Amino acid sequence: MAGYVFLSPWLLGFIGLTLGPMVASLYLAFTDYNLFTAPEWTGLENLTRMAGDEKFWSSVRITLVYVLVGTPIKLAAALGVAMLLNYKARGTGFFRSAFYAPSLIGASVSIAIVWRAMFSTDGPVDGTLNLFGINLGGWIGNPSLIMPMMILLAIWQFGAPMVIFLAGLKGVPAELYEAASVDGARAWRKFLSVTVPMLSPVIFFNLLLEMINAFQVFASAYIIGSGTGGPGGATNFYTVYLYTRAFANNQMGYASAMAWVLLLAVGVLAFILFRTSRSWVHYAGDSK
Amino acid sequence: MTTIESNPAVPVPVNPDDPTMRAPRRRPMRRHIPTAIWIIGIVALTAIVLYPLLWMVSASLKPNSEFGSNQGFLPENPTFDNFVKVMQGIAGIPTWKFFLNSLLLGVGAVIGTVISSSMAAYAFSRINFRGSKILFAAMIGTLLLPFHVLIIPQYIIFRNLGLIDTFWPLLAGKFLATEAFFVFLMVQFIRNLPRELDEAARIDGCGHARIFFSITLPLIKPAIITSSIFAFIWSWNDFLGPLLYLNSPDKYPLPLALRIFNDQTSTSDYGATIAISVLALLPVMLFFVIFQRFLVDGVATQGLKG
Repeated sequence: MAGYVFLSPWLLGFIGLTLGPMVASLYLAFTDYNLFTAPEWTGLENLTRMAGDEKFWSSVRITLVYVLVGTPIKLAAALGVAMLLNYKARGTGFFRSAFYAPSLIGASVSIAIVWRAMFSTDGPVDGTLNLFGINLGGWIGNPSLIMPMMILLAIWQFGAPMVIFLAGLKGVPAELYEAASVDGARAWRKFLSVTVPMLSPVIFFNLLLEMINAFQVFASAYIIGSGTGGPGGATNFYTVYLYTRAFANNQMGYASAMAWVLLLAVGVLAFILFRTSRSWVHYAGDSK
Repeated sequence: MTTIESNPAVPVPVNPDDPTMRAPRRRPMRRHIPTAIWIIGIVALTAIVLYPLLWMVSASLKPNSEFGSNQGFLPENPTFDNFVKVMQGIAGIPTWKFFLNSLLLGVGAVIGTVISSSMAAYAFSRINFRGSKILFAAMIGTLLLPFHVLIIPQYIIFRNLGLIDTFWPLLAGKFLATEAFFVFLMVQFIRNLPRELDEAARIDGCGHARIFFSITLPLIKPAIITSSIFAFIWSWNDFLGPLLYLNSPDKYPLPLALRIFNDQTSTSDYGATIAISVLALLPVMLFFVIFQRFLVDGVATQGLKG
């Protein structure tokens, strides 16, 4: 009984703001609802409309590229820098903090504005590239350069997974590396045969969390595209399109259907990760 | 070892076929060469990572006439004009008002998060009750739940309650521990506390309320500090929540104010937009510099997101 007293705020939130809304949005996904008249049951119409909605598919493509290309690069950077920091036993606290800072502010509107400015025509990125004879003429107006710019912004926030990798690296017993050295293993071999298997639970954790987070990127895409999905629809990320449908066009039913499609997609991705993890994630004490 | 390291030009004779020579001689060599490269690499990396932050500070000090013409990193005629101008506000609202709104939301988020999350964490880690395992699993499940499936029904709920254009929709979730990260962080912390303390208190006749307030809360202070800082910064940076629920500019927190600056002035008044961005990040960076240990260690041990 005392348990439920202490749990009551969370339980109220869980039922009222999580479970209830989940069920409600599942219902709304099969309706036509504009917020002002009662929801009208339309069955699978939202899904069939979605299948023929070009803007929907482009938002799917944009988001998948961002998640499937951006996240692995970000995690590779995080692991690389973590190994670099782990190489020295002392005096790395400052760098660890400095590298972590972008993770704390990277999703803010301020940074989106700064990113926009840095990559604009005459901005510092363009200016630096000009020195090397590369003339892109600004990234902001160019639809094909928006994605690299967004992925760079994601990579810049490598600090959070890096800190987690670093904690994992500290837990790898030095004897394993010594044993590998005795067996004549070189650096690359040690990385593949000691570091990666020993870190695999952390890699799995980071991969799952970062991918799910990447699906939900909103503020940066919204600000960089001025809320319109521009230029040329290049910042029309899934979340931006969902927001537009729901709150600019008042199509709550269609947007709910989109939300559930995303939930299922994330669920499938998590399921695949968990299933394949049996073959590549090793836990300490495991016989594998 | 130090002498060898400080003389990079001196070659160390190594006979690879002599096993007695090999081990002691190779070590310093191997360590020595990467040390220089390591330092260069790490410093270069730091410069790249911190560059956007340094650039924004420098750009905020440039007079508007230098944008486009002065491609250099530093302003030729540094000025605080941008800050003076930006403090006057936008859309008829003085800028301090946006700061105040952000501050109110941030403080509310901290209070709500700490109270509700610590209570839930105590229940999950110290009280045996029916269904606690299932509910804990459900709580962990919400960590992976994309917020999209919730925003539309939540919006409808708050709209029906007549709470649109108030701070309540933004604070309600905080007082109801909907951010599972904080509950999880505190659960992990409480689980590491010795149970004997609770048991001793129970023998002395203390109930759960007394144990929670007198024993658990004081002992989880580090977790409370970490949670408070994250709750504040996430609230300070939140854009979607205010975008959904707030309509009147005088209720806008900074992220929404930034958006107006960005939309209305970015083409004509570049410096002002960057200056307000700097001002908006300042408190976060200040928090970060003061509490970096708590934050980074919190991430490292709990796998907390950034």
